[in-house]
Amino acid sequence: MMRASARRIWGLMYRHIALYRRSWPRVVELMYWPVLQMVVWGFITAYLAGLQNNIASVAAGVLLGGVLLWEVALRSQMGFTLSFLEEIWSRNLGHIFVSPIRPTEMVAALMALSLVRVVVSVLPAVGLAWLLYAFGLWTMGPVLAAFFAALLVMGWAVALGVTSLILRFGAGAEALAWSVLFGVTPFAAVFYPVSVLPAWLQPVALSLPAAHVFEGMRMALTDGRIAWDHLAWAFGLDAAWMAGMGWLFMAQLQAARVKGALLNIGE
Amino acid sequence: MPPIMPVPTPDADEPAIRCEALTKRYGGRDGAVAVDGLTFTLPRGATWGLLGGNGAGKTTTIAMLLGLLVPTSGRVACLGHDMARDRFRALARMNFSSPYIALPQRLTVAENLRVYAHLYDVKRAEARIAALAADLQLEDLLQRPAGELSAGQKTRVALAKALINTPDLLLLDEPTASLDPDTGDWVRTWLERYRAESGCAILLASHNMAEVARLCGHVLMLRKGRVVDEGSPAALIERYGREDLEQVFLDIARGRGIAAGASPA
Repeated sequence: MMRASARRIWGLMYRHIALYRRSWPRVVELMYWPVLQMVVWGFITAYLAGLQNNIASVAAGVLLGGVLLWEVALRSQMGFTLSFLEEIWSRNLGHIFVSPIRPTEMVAALMALSLVRVVVSVLPAVGLAWLLYAFGLWTMGPVLAAFFAALLVMGWAVALGVTSLILRFGAGAEALAWSVLFGVTPFAAVFYPVSVLPAWLQPVALSLPAAHVFEGMRMALTDGRIAWDHLAWAFGLDAAWMAGMGWLFMAQLQAARVKGALLNIGE
Repeated sequence: MPPIMPVPTPDADEPAIRCEALTKRYGGRDGAVAVDGLTFTLPRGATWGLLGGNGAGKTTTIAMLLGLLVPTSGRVACLGHDMARDRFRALARMNFSSPYIALPQRLTVAENLRVYAHLYDVKRAEARIAALAADLQLEDLLQRPAGELSAGQKTRVALAKALINTPDLLLLDEPTASLDPDTGDWVRTWLERYRAESGCAILLASHNMAEVARLCGHVLMLRKGRVVDEGSPAALIERYGREDLEQVFLDIARGRGIAAGASPA
């Protein structure tokens, strides 16, 4: 039973890996935005370092660390949602939904694909940050793996929400696949602490796993300390977001089966 | 309240499809009725046709049989599995082909078939793909992207996908649409042979009356979501006093009754 389930998950993954294997523009596009973001923010930090030498290395670390880790959440969400959209664009979703693959297995495959896409898109930017600006993301230690995982899961939760909206509203909701997490950036405390935000906005920020990750990242980079409380909040909120968005996805999938939306989704 | 059908247990003696009072209404209580109380039983190993004009309810019926659409009321069981509660076990033993649902165009034919071999958990997948390729004359196409194939070649690939799991029940939606007569005839001959050799049950929705007359032992004529008549193609032609199934189809689609002097079912 488990083997059959793993095979169905691999089947959906194989479909996308085969697509990327013969389409180098798609692979380049994966790496393009994270590298571009890192280069732009690298120059900004170099400029700031020229103005205020005493905080140069700290500012560089905090800004570049923020850029690179935020890309994990962005690429995780996009990797999941765009893989789902790829099935709509290729008019293949009908074949997928009438195969024995379960919705949970489809979600598992989309998550695994998202992880692959995150690694392929963010690793080159991390390497370039080291080569160009002598910034090693790994200097914050093993806690980096926990930050990475928390942001990855947050990306999946948001992707489940976006996919639910696509199931509900069809092609009209496709644009959210690219834009939704960019809209969250101001509240995610990527480049500044939560305390900078107005008091009424701070609870909104603290309801995002990302805000806790970036508070923890700043502590790791500036004090060399692991903020266990922020880490616990990040994973706790991830679990709550995943539960909520998972429920929404399953509810919208069922609603789409009732309304017949799976017959003409994307049109 | 629709009649309650006993929940069938999966069994080799169960029919390929058992539909009872199947109804689909879109848009709530006063919404449009796409399928209205459809009841039929497709025996194992038989080929039946589902005929009707545009909007008669063929696609909606097939979507409900595949679990893609939830009925408003009624019940459907495929190969003994209730599609409301146990559809994935049925789907593993069914398959479907339609020219209106594509396979990923950038993947090669072999990659496409490999994807579906995994999704249907086909044992010895490469051997199965090779056998289907030989049988459907796809050997020279295996390494070509699906998007570069002609309509006839795509139809053969779609059939290979639909047969990858050696299904006990095959649902075909206009399998020869947009094919030239020669290729269409090749597909029909192939389907006849496949059904005879495999014992697979086939439900065929088509607008090609000659195709239905040739392949199907029994035809359900749909109009406004209801079965308005059914029988073997020969029996229907005789009953309506017509020369072929196309004329019968026109009589039914235009709401004309059975010809004077002909005996009703």
